[in-house]
Amino acid sequence: MNMASTAASSRLADIVGASHVVTNPAELAAFEIDGFKPSAVVQPASTEQVAEVVKFAAAEKLALIPTGARTKLAIGLPPRRYDLALDMTRLDRVVAYDPGDLTLSVEAGIPLRKLAAALAEHRQFLPLAAPYFNQATIGGTIASGVDGPLRQLYGTARDYLLGMEFVTGEGVVCKSGGRVVKNVTGYDIHKLMIGALGTLGVITRINFKTFPMPAASRAFVAAFENAERACDMRNRVAQSPLAPMTTEILSPRAAAVFAGAAAARIEPHPLPAGVLSNARWAFTAGFAGTDNVLDRYESALRQIAEQCGALEATILREEHVSAALARKREFVPIALASSPAATIMKLSVLPARMAEALVSAAKTAEAAGLQWAAMARGVGVIYFVILPEERNEDSKLRVVRASNQILAACSTLGGHATIPWCPTEWKDELKVWGLARADFAQMQKTKTVFDPGGILCRGRFVGGL
Amino acid sequence: MDSKLLHDLKKLLGTDEILHRPEELLLYEYDGSVEIARPTCVVFPRTTADVVAIVQIANRHHTPIVGRGAGTGLSGGALARHGGILVVFSRMNKILEIDVENQRATVQPGVVNADLSVAVAPTGLHFAPDPSSQKASTIGGNVSENSGGPHTLAYGVTTNHVLSLKVVLPTGELVQLGSPALDSPGYDLPGLFVGSEGTLALVTEVTVKLTRLPEAVKTLLAIFDTVDDATETVVDITARGITPAACEMLDGWTLRAVESYVHAGFPIDCAAVLLLEVDGLREAAEQHAEDVAEVCRAHHAREVRVARDAQERDLLWKGRKNAFGAVGRLSPTYYVQDGVIPRTKLPATLRRINEIGTKYGFEIGNIFHAGDGNLHPIILFDAREESQFRRAVATADEIIQFCIEMGGSITGEHGVGMEKDRLMPLLFTPADLDLMSRVRDAFNPAGLLNPGKIFPTTKGCGEIHVRPLPVAGASRA
Repeated sequence: MNMASTAASSRLADIVGASHVVTNPAELAAFEIDGFKPSAVVQPASTEQVAEVVKFAAAEKLALIPTGARTKLAIGLPPRRYDLALDMTRLDRVVAYDPGDLTLSVEAGIPLRKLAAALAEHRQFLPLAAPYFNQATIGGTIASGVDGPLRQLYGTARDYLLGMEFVTGEGVVCKSGGRVVKNVTGYDIHKLMIGALGTLGVITRINFKTFPMPAASRAFVAAFENAERACDMRNRVAQSPLAPMTTEILSPRAAAVFAGAAAARIEPHPLPAGVLSNARWAFTAGFAGTDNVLDRYESALRQIAEQCGALEATILREEHVSAALARKREFVPIALASSPAATIMKLSVLPARMAEALVSAAKTAEAAGLQWAAMARGVGVIYFVILPEERNEDSKLRVVRASNQILAACSTLGGHATIPWCPTEWKDELKVWGLARADFAQMQKTKTVFDPGGILCRGRFVGGL
Repeated sequence: MDSKLLHDLKKLLGTDEILHRPEELLLYEYDGSVEIARPTCVVFPRTTADVVAIVQIANRHHTPIVGRGAGTGLSGGALARHGGILVVFSRMNKILEIDVENQRATVQPGVVNADLSVAVAPTGLHFAPDPSSQKASTIGGNVSENSGGPHTLAYGVTTNHVLSLKVVLPTGELVQLGSPALDSPGYDLPGLFVGSEGTLALVTEVTVKLTRLPEAVKTLLAIFDTVDDATETVVDITARGITPAACEMLDGWTLRAVESYVHAGFPIDCAAVLLLEVDGLREAAEQHAEDVAEVCRAHHAREVRVARDAQERDLLWKGRKNAFGAVGRLSPTYYVQDGVIPRTKLPATLRRINEIGTKYGFEIGNIFHAGDGNLHPIILFDAREESQFRRAVATADEIIQFCIEMGGSITGEHGVGMEKDRLMPLLFTPADLDLMSRVRDAFNPAGLLNPGKIFPTTKGCGEIHVRPLPVAGASRA
C-alpha cells in the first residue's frame, strides 16, 4: 500500500471490523496472484461495505482485486499492481428465491454448491456446470467467464443472467437488468461484467433464471479412429432434430487424462472401465427427458455413429452419467494437475471447422515435440491442453512457438484463441489474451467509464486493461 | 431545412435517396407508439460506406441522427425526437451470407425478420426471435430494441441470437464487435449494444445464430370461464417446470375484438384463452402437450383444443399476431403497456389491472406473453379528448407502478424509447442512470445519435404529443 499501512488498515478496519482485515503474511500468501501478494485482505459482509472499501481504495489509489474461492486467479495477465484483496466470501446469502417463478437472487460470494443445494430442494438448477464446482463461488465463476458442458443446450451465463448489482471502480453501487425473466429496461451492463475478470466492477449480487431438473438423463460415448470422424458425428447430430444437453469431442490423451490419478482425485466417482480409450477419439453426448425420449436419443445416436464409422458405441446410465458430466466439467483442473507445466489454450472456431482446428493444433504441438490433449465442445470451443513433461526454459520456448502458431491458425480459420492457463513465469512471453483485437479501443472506452482510476484488477485483462 | 446539409447529403447519396419536403416526412414522424416527432430529412443508405459518410455529415453539421428500420417500434425508438437525419435502412436489406452447417447468417440491418426465416426454412433452420411485427420489422430494429416475441419464452430474445455486429459509431468509426465464433475475448460489447435502442451506434451488419426447426409442434388452445383460472394455469405450468415454446393469454374482451376481424376460431363467450405451444422431438412434444393439457384441465379449462394441422395452427397464431390490428378497429387510439412481473404474481396483477381500469373508467384488454410474465394491457382512448388522454396515461402509470411493486420491470420487449424514459427513475437510482448515461457518452460523445431516448428528461407527461393512429394497424407486439 502506498500510504502508511497502519493508517490504511485502521481505516479498513473501521469499515469491515478489525477481525476482517488480514495483514499477516502467512494468510496473505493464499491470495497470491502470479507471484504478487496483497498488503491486506479485506473481508466485507455487505454491498455497502464493499462500496466503502472501493471508495477508500480509489481515494488512496490502491489497486484492488476481488476474490472468491481463489480457484481461477491464474487466468489472465499478472496484476500491474496489487494492494488489496477483496475477499467476497462473507457475502454468501441467497437473497431471494422464487421457485414458482424460477428466479433467484444471490450474493456474489455464495459457493456454487450451496446455491445448487438450495435449488435442488425444488428440483431446480443453474446450468453453469462450471469448473472447480466444489469450491468456486458464483461471483468468481461469472467474473472469470468460464463455461461448462451444459452450454450446448442452455447457453452460457449471459443467456440466463437477469440482472446484477455491482460496485464500480469509484465505489458507487449500481445495478442493471432486474429479476424478471424478460426485461429490456436500460443497458445490459451486466453482460459486460460476465468474463470481465473484475476489471469493470466488483460484483455483489446476481439474479438468475433457474431451470427445472430434467426427469432423467443418459450419456452416449462413441469411439472413432480420428478427429475428422468424431467431428463428423458432431456435425450430423447438429443437423438432426436431436437437442442434446452436452456434446464433446475428446482426443485420445484426453481419455487418458480423464482416467488418470489427477482425475480420480478431483472427481472421485469413477467412469466405467473401457468407455474411453487412450488410443481413440471419442464423441460424447448427454441427453435428458422421459424414457421414450431417451430411447429415441439412444437409437438415433447409435445410428448416426454407425454412419460415421464409429468403432464402438456405449450408453451410460444413472451414476455414470453424472460422473461423466463431472469430469467434463472439471476438465481444466484435471488437465492442470496432469503436467507440471500444463498450458491450456481455448480455441473458438465455427463448429464445422473444429476438425481442421484440432488437426492443425495437434500437428503444431507434435512438431514442437509437445504432448497434448483436447476436449472440444460441440458449440465450437476447444480446450487444447499442452502437457510439457517439465517446467523449464526449453519447454517454455517450445510452448511459446507452438501456441503462437495455433493462435495464428485459429485466426486464419476465422476464429480466435486465448491461453487462460499457463505457468505464471511464462506469461511474459505467451499471448495470454490472444492476438490484438479490432474492437480494443471500444474496450478501453468501456473500462474508463467503470474504473477511471484503474484500480480494479489492474493490467490483468485483454490488452492489459 | 438547412440547405448546406441537404446539399451535402444530395452530393453523397443522389436526390432519390433523400426526403425532405414536409409531405414526404409525414410517414416518418411516427412509429407504432403514441409518439410523434418529425425528422429534418430522411435518407436511405445502400452501403456501410454511405452510413459512415452520413454520420460524418451529421457531425459536421452538428445535426442529430437516428436509425430506423420498418418503424414498427412501440416506444418511439426510431423517431427523430429532436429532428435531424433519419437513416432508414430499408435499402440495406440483403442477406449477405447463410452458413447452414454452422447455423449462422450475416444480414444487412434492413432485412425483414420473417424474410430471413423464410430464406433459411428449406434448410430446416429459422431465426428464433419472432416479434408479432415480424412480417414488417427489420433485424436491425430487432437488434436495437432487443425484440422478443411469443416464442422467446423457450428460445430467448434477440440478444441470445446475435453473435457479431458491424457498427458505425457516432464518431464515424466503423467497428466489428464480437465474432461469428463464440466467446470473443474481451468485454461483451455485442451484449451491450443489442438493446441499446439505437443510442450507441448504427448497425450495418448483423451475424445471427440460426436455430433448427423443431421436429414436432403441438399448438393448444385452452378455454377458461374465469381469468383467474387462466392465470393460475400459467403459474402452475411454470411451477411444474414445463417450459412451453410459447404461452400466450388473450382475455375475453380481446378475443371478441380479434375474432370479429381475423376469424381464428376463438370462442367469444369465454373469459380467457391460453394459446400454448410445445415443440421438440416428436416423443417430447406429445408428452409435453399432454402435461400442459392436464394442468389446464386441473384449473377448470372448459375445453382444450389441439390444432389438428399446420393450417389450424397458423390460424390460431394469425389471431394472436394480428390482435393489435384488430384492436385498432375499435378505437381511434390505444395505449399498449409492456410491464413484466414474476409469473407467480400473474393472478393478482390481472385482478389489479381490472380494478385500475374500473377506477379510471377504461375497459382494459389483455393479450400478452403470459409464460414470461410480460403483460400488454391495452387501454383504448380517444386522443382527441385531452382529458381522456391524461386519464389513459395515469392508468398506464398506475399499472406500471404495480408491476414494479411486484418486483417487475417497465418494459419486457418494447423498449424505453421516448415513451417510458420518465419512468426510468422508478426502477433505477440516479447512480445507475448516471453510469448508463456515461456508457452512452463514451460511445456517443456529442450526443447526436438518437438523442432524447431511454434517459429521463425533465419533460412532464402532459407534453407527450399524441394523435390518432391509422386504424388499419400493422401487426404489433
